[in-house]
This record gives sequence, structure tokens and C-alpha cells, in this order.
Amino acid sequence: MTITDYERAPTVSTGDGNRALAERLQRIWETEPGLKGWLSTVDHKEIGLRYIFTAFAFLVLGGVEALIFRVQLAQPNEHLLTPEQYDQMFTMHGMTMIFLYAGPILSGFSNYLWPLLLGARDMALPRLNALSYWIYLFAGLFLYAAFAIGFGPNDGWFNYVPYAARAYNNGPNIDFYSLGMILLGISTTVGAINFVVTFMRMRAPGMSINRVPILVWGTLTASVANIFAIPAVSLAFFLLWMDRNIGTHFFDVPAGGQPLLWQHLFWMFGHPWVYAIVLPAMGMVSDGLPVFCRRPIVGYSAVALSTVATMVLGFGVWVHHMFATGLPTISLSFFSAASIIIAVPSAVGVFAWLATIWTGKPVFTTAFMFFASFIMLFTIGGVSGFMTGSVPVDWQLTDTYFVVAHIHYVLIGINVFPVAGAVYFWFPKFTGRMMDERLGRWNFWTMFIGFNLGFFPMHISGLLGMPRRVYTYADGMGWDTLNLITTIGSFVFGIGVLMLIWNVAISYRRGRPAGDNPWDAPTLEWATSSPPPPYNFLVIPTVQSRHPLWEERLNEQPKDQRSYPHAGLVLEQGKEAIGTTPLDAQPDIILKMPGDSPAPLIFAISLTVIFVGLLITTWWLVALAALATAATMIGWLWPERKLGETAEPAVHG
Amino acid sequence: MIPHWATNATFEGVFAASPVQTVSPLSYLISSGAKADHVLPLTWGVLAVSVAVVAIISILLIGAIWHRPGFALAATTLPVERPSSGLNWLWIGVSLSTLALLATIVWTVKVLADVAAPPSKPSFTIEITAHQWWWGVRYLSADTSQSFTTANEIHIPAGTPVQFRLVSSDVIHSFWIPALTGKTDVIPGQTNEMWFDAKAPGIYRGQCTEYCGLEHAKMQMLVVADTPADFAAWRAHQLQSPAPPAGYAIAGQQSFGTYCGSCHTVRGTDAAGSLGPDLSHLMQRHTLAAGIIANTPQNLADWIADPQAVKPGNLMQRPEISTAELSRIRAYLQTLN
Repeated sequence: MTITDYERAPTVSTGDGNRALAERLQRIWETEPGLKGWLSTVDHKEIGLRYIFTAFAFLVLGGVEALIFRVQLAQPNEHLLTPEQYDQMFTMHGMTMIFLYAGPILSGFSNYLWPLLLGARDMALPRLNALSYWIYLFAGLFLYAAFAIGFGPNDGWFNYVPYAARAYNNGPNIDFYSLGMILLGISTTVGAINFVVTFMRMRAPGMSINRVPILVWGTLTASVANIFAIPAVSLAFFLLWMDRNIGTHFFDVPAGGQPLLWQHLFWMFGHPWVYAIVLPAMGMVSDGLPVFCRRPIVGYSAVALSTVATMVLGFGVWVHHMFATGLPTISLSFFSAASIIIAVPSAVGVFAWLATIWTGKPVFTTAFMFFASFIMLFTIGGVSGFMTGSVPVDWQLTDTYFVVAHIHYVLIGINVFPVAGAVYFWFPKFTGRMMDERLGRWNFWTMFIGFNLGFFPMHISGLLGMPRRVYTYADGMGWDTLNLITTIGSFVFGIGVLMLIWNVAISYRRGRPAGDNPWDAPTLEWATSSPPPPYNFLVIPTVQSRHPLWEERLNEQPKDQRSYPHAGLVLEQGKEAIGTTPLDAQPDIILKMPGDSPAPLIFAISLTVIFVGLLITTWWLVALAALATAATMIGWLWPERKLGETAEPAVHG
Repeated sequence: MIPHWATNATFEGVFAASPVQTVSPLSYLISSGAKADHVLPLTWGVLAVSVAVVAIISILLIGAIWHRPGFALAATTLPVERPSSGLNWLWIGVSLSTLALLATIVWTVKVLADVAAPPSKPSFTIEITAHQWWWGVRYLSADTSQSFTTANEIHIPAGTPVQFRLVSSDVIHSFWIPALTGKTDVIPGQTNEMWFDAKAPGIYRGQCTEYCGLEHAKMQMLVVADTPADFAAWRAHQLQSPAPPAGYAIAGQQSFGTYCGSCHTVRGTDAAGSLGPDLSHLMQRHTLAAGIIANTPQNLADWIADPQAVKPGNLMQRPEISTAELSRIRAYLQTLN
């Protein structure tokens, strides 16, 4: 009987101390040095770090924008910015934080961590992974090009029509925004598909779906949601672009267009997106916090299921952004109930984390402090969301600073704080060095105090009636002191973020060496060296529980049913990974992984040129770039012998 | 330096006679109407639940962290174990949360039903037309001779519900009088209906709350609740055309017709524009420029001399006319009682 190269039975070995194997894998997997290698790498770790770095750059930009308009709002009747400058500034801030920071930062961590958490050599579709990053980068630059030339988007991040229509917004501002968002949507979709396929195919043998870390559940759930949600917003922006440029009437009121169509399409995407940019961060806490409580998380199954439940319910609550639009009472009642009941799965998470700390033994690292404080910030952001879920109350709360407070407790509390904790937690794995814990203390307290000082008073200015998106306000409204405190707090928070970046910079240069597993953590990423080699694992680990590195001490399984973090399949005949079955992760097939390639970069460039052509409505440029894109795609997909795409691969007798 | 028109000091006169507290005139933690009365207890209720939840979770969190004496700074110094499943936390915490959430849903639906319709049939309807960045106010009547239009200031009789039709002439706005009613969006292409009332005479402030462009911040309004007798008198007066000007103001009326009449209406004259607010009884109003400055002679002079300085980006251009002509126009406007 003959079997193909994909079905051969690989040897099983411990790999330990096998220098020859390490060198061989290094040769196979490493990216060639120099610019060409840098531009064509498909290593998920490199891509993940690029995502994180780029997202942090956008975080800083968005933060600077916020600080500028917080100066304007520090006192009544300030004139630092004109109304137009203010409008572009707050729109860029929202767009940057929500689309260019909050989503991509989590994609970055997940890109870096997923294969390591799953005991895999790479993401399932490495070139698509590179493509996703490049398009994200170019979409971000595209959107910022608008701002740089003075035509930044100016209709708020949710961009309501008809103010966004040509009749009221004649410049290229909204065209930049529409096309930039469609471009970014391609990146997110491509990335989401990659996560879903990776989840179904790339888990180490034995890592059945009830054994994956919660972060994987978070990112998987977010990715599935993105695949369904992004078409709605891409469509909305495409319709708007057509309205503005080729004379369609989807949102054109005099011609029978519907402003509410925009709102439905936007929020059908927008609300699931909010969950997509917090669930993976909650997953980071669910995985990181237990390490510092010295016990497995309480209620793994409940937490994993509540992640999924949140997302499912999250598709049924978009109308709570539209409670004041004049919808019938009966549908308001339905969406109100859904928006309130969605707090149940969140409660599962909160009580699971609390119980984990209470029944564990807290270790006071900086990462722990960020993760633990997140529970409180999440609760505050959660209850203010619960309040807005009650329709008659929302009629008062909506579009005031109360909602501004809410969104910042959600996005900073549930995204930035866990991300900061994640930086402290996984930095040793990324770089092989520890971050400075002393500076970390200062960093945490500055961010925590600055954040609450800055954003908590917004609840009160909201209750006192301060509308959101006003470029200035009169005195005598009862908002003066609160706004001054908010501005001071924002600057303190900004200093805290700079301390985080500073700590990363100095620790990268002179941090204490970390070793493989400095926190004594239980999951597979800590079973390989820090930083991991290009091939991640010398041999593919074999998994029998949720915490392979803690099994001996927890002593919950018979000795003969334990994981082998350092023993398993040896895949050394080319760039290979093991494909496993979707539910039980039984070894199924040997996957030939594609090597580095410049195709993703070239594809992303030509795709971006298409969007530039659409922006300046220059059709020959669009056509030319489309041809280039198609040609790149053909080159990309051209069958490669190495990947077994041309003929029968080598046969073993 | 803050220009004098930008300070709110000039507002003190407006609110001096008003029973409404002026410390935070847009606060929604006070209610002055039957509709707002239904909603406010729910607002306090969910706020109380929220504060309680945050307090409980914070105490549990602090307790969880500090209930054991001594703590470690390095993970590697502590053993790993699973002391208990901890699932009781989930059962108890999630059950209690669910009960509170279900109770809130019931209360919410109850209040929604309570405010869906007014307690008694509204005696008349006001049509609000939102514009970038001001409010048109038209009192509807089956007998069109009894209809009239004003702007940025809505008079209602205290103690009776009034029906509102909300339409927009351009982009989406949102109508909001915090002490009397929550927000209803004003959306082009559709007519939203709502009602509210004021329990007692007074002046209540309102504000556009859907971002609508450059001067969204300065798109405000007043609701003036009068005693029924005062309201009837006001209404009767509004139905009249203003008295013809005399003396100096006669020339002002001509200039007004030339420079202002294509956008503004003064009832009974040739000025019949509809792009800007109806000015028929301008001097009866408390404020100018959509609720942002008090209606004083000085503010009026500043406003018509350079509207862009007061409200940058608004659609009223700076008139390129002589100061003499400006002062004539102002004199005429001041006759519009």
C-alpha cells in the first residue's frame, strides 16, 4: 500500500536536546535576513508583533487627538479649535481607537499567541495572515492621509446620513472614510477567516475544543461574528460611496432614500463589533488571571459558553443604539429586554474571575493588578450599559456624556487594561526579557487613577445633561468643574500609557532574562523558549488537559493520561504542520505550509491603489490596479511543487 | 478673552423669574412634567441597582484579594492547586443578577407603556421642524387661520399634554427637553410623534442631541410653560401681525426686506423667506440664535452685525452693509413685539 507524504506516519520523539533537528527546523522555518525577508515574512509571530506595534502607534495618535480636544473642553467657551477642526478631531479619535487600535491590537496578540497556545507551528493560512496585516496598515494610512491633508472624516465614527451625504458634506472627508472602512473590512474579514480555519485545523493532537485556552474562545467567537457583521458595514459604506459619487439614492431623502437604513446596517455591524473588541481581551484575563491566583479558572465551561452566548445575543441588540428614532413601542420592548438580559453572560465572567481570585492565592504582579482592576472597570462599564438598555432611561442618557463615560469604561476598561496586563504577562515570551515590575506598579496606578479621575466624572456631567459631540459649552450649566477634572484625568492617563511604552522600551533593552516560563503558567506557549524559535515547537506537543504544564501538581489525571508538552510528532520534512480534526483534534493529515512570499504585500498595495482610484474617481487607475491585483492573485495561487499543488508528492512505501 | 456674548451672565435675566433650578439647567435628575415623572423613578432605580452592583463587586474584589493574610510577589513561590471548584459563586452570583435584570425588564416595559400615550387627549399639536442649527415651531390648527409659526421657543399651557410632530428639513437632529421629556430623533423623510407636558409654569431648556454638524453645540431651545390664561393671551398675540413700524424703523423695514427677507418671515410684510427663523414676534422671545444668547439690544446688534462671530459656521452670513443700515434694521427688529 502506498501512502502520500501527507498521510505518512511521522516519527514520535521527545526532541529534547536534539540539536540536529533544531538546526534543520531553523533552516526550514526562518525568514531570510534583509529587507526582502522583512517584507515577505509570513511568520505569525512577526506579523503579530507588527499588529501590536502598529495598533499602539494608532493608540498614541488617537490619544493625542483626545488630549487636544480635552484642552478645548477643559473650560467653557474655549476657542482652541474651530468647530470643523473639533469635528474632525473627535471623529478621528473615535475611528482610530475603535477601528485602528481596539480590534487590531487583539488581532496582534491572537496572531502571535494562537499557534503557541494551540501547540501549532503557524496559523493555518500564513500568507493570508500577512495580507491581513498589510491591508490593515494601508487602510490606517489611507484614513490618516485624509486627516493629514485637512479632510479627515467629520461625522463621528458612526457617520450618520444624511449629514454624511454629498449635500451636507461636500469635501472628500466622507469618501476617505467610506473607502478606508471597506478596505479595513477586507483586512478584518481575511484575518477572521484565518482564525476560524486555524481553530478547526491546527490544534495540537489531543487539544479537543474543551481544552483550548479561553483567549482562543474569545478570538474565535469574535472572528465568527466579524465574518457575519462586517458585510453589513462594508455594504453600508459602499452604498454611501455610490450615493456620493455615482448618483444612487440609497440614503437620499428627497429621492426616497432612508436615513434609518444606514443606522440599521451600521449597528448590525457596530454592536457585534463592540463585543468583538472586548471578548478576546476578556479571554486574556481568563487565561492570565488564574496564573496569578495559582489555580485553574473557576467555571471554564461556563466562561467559554458565556463568551459564545454574549456574541449570539450581541447580534440581537443593535436597535438599542436607535431607541430614540421613533420605533414602535413593541419592538423597543423586545430590544430593551435583549439588551438587559445580555448582562447575564457577563455576570458569569465576573463571578468566575472573582471566585478565581477568592479561592486562589493572589500574586501581586503588575499583570495581576491590570487583570484584577479590569473586573471593577468592566462592572462599571457593564452597569452603565445596563442602564442604557432600559428604553425610557436611555431616552435621557443617550447622546450625553453618560454614554461617553460608558463607552470609555467598556473600551478602556475591557480592552486597554487587559491589553496592558497582557503586555506585562506575555512580554517575556515575546522578547525573552522581563518587564520592570517597579515601573510597572507606577504604570498601573497612574493609568488606574488617571482613568477613573478622567472618565468617572463624565457619568455625572452626563446626568447633568452635557450632550456629547459639542465643541464647546456655555458656563452656568454645572459642567465646568467636572470637565476640568476630566481633562486633568485624561492627561494623567496619557502619562500612564507613556509609562507602559517606556517600560516596554527599556525592558526590551535591559530587562532581566525571562527563561521559558517565568510565571510558572500552565499553557503551551510557556513550554517553548522565550522568544520562541521560528518553528515554535521542536516537536508537536501532545495535549491531555487544559493546563498541560500544571498537570503533575494538580494531579487530576492518571499518570498515563497526561500531556507531553515536549514530546510528540516530529515534522521535519519541509515546512510542515499537523492538521487535526475539528472537535477532538485527532491527527488527520500533514499540512505543507507555504513559505515567505512578497505576494501579500504586492496584493495589498495594488488593492490599496484600487481604493485610491475610487477615491479620486479615476477609472483607468482603478482598472489598472485591478489588473495588477488579479495578476498578483494568480501569481500567489500559482501551484507550487513544494506545497504539493502540482503533482503527486513524494510517496513512501 | 471671552467675548461678552459668549458668557452666560446674560442668561440670568431669562431664568430669574423661572421656578426651574438653574444650577444645571439640562440635568435630567429633576422632572417637571407628568411624562418625566414616570421615567425619573426608573432612572433612579436602575442607577441605584448599578451603584449597588458596583459596590458589591468592588467589596468582593477587594475581599478576594486581601482576605488572606500575606501575599506573594512572585508566582513561582506559590504552589498550584485547585482548592475548590468555586462554582457556587457562579450559581449564586448569576442567579441574583438574573433576578435583578428580569425585574428591570418588567419595570422598563411598564414605564414604556405608561408614557406611550398621554394621560388625556392633547388639546393641540405643535410641529417642530429642525434645521441646521435652529428649531422651527408651528402651532397647527384645523382652521389654518389659527395656525402660526415661531422659532426656538415653544410656549405651552402648563398642566395639559401637548402633542408634537417632529420633522427635519435637512439632517438628523434630536429633540430633548430634559426636565420634561427624553429624546426623540428628528429624522428627514419621516415624522416622529411624541407628547409631553409641564406641571407648572416655568422655563425649561432643551438642546439638539444628535450630532448635526458644525453648530450642533449651539442648537438649543426653550420651552416656556405658561398659565392657561397667559398661554391664551400669548397665542392670541402671536396670531396678530406685528404693528407697522414708525419713524426711524420704517427705513429699517425696507432694509430688512432687501437684505433679510429672502430668508426670514415677518407676518403681514413682504418678508416671507423660510430658510431662517420666523421673526414676526422676535421681541417676545427670551433668546437669540437658537437659545444661545439672551435677547438683549446689545446681543441683537452683535448678532446681526456678525453672526459668524457668535456662532461660527451657521448659515446666516455676515451682511456686507453699512453700520447705519444695520442700526436701522435693528431698530426695526426691536419693533417686532
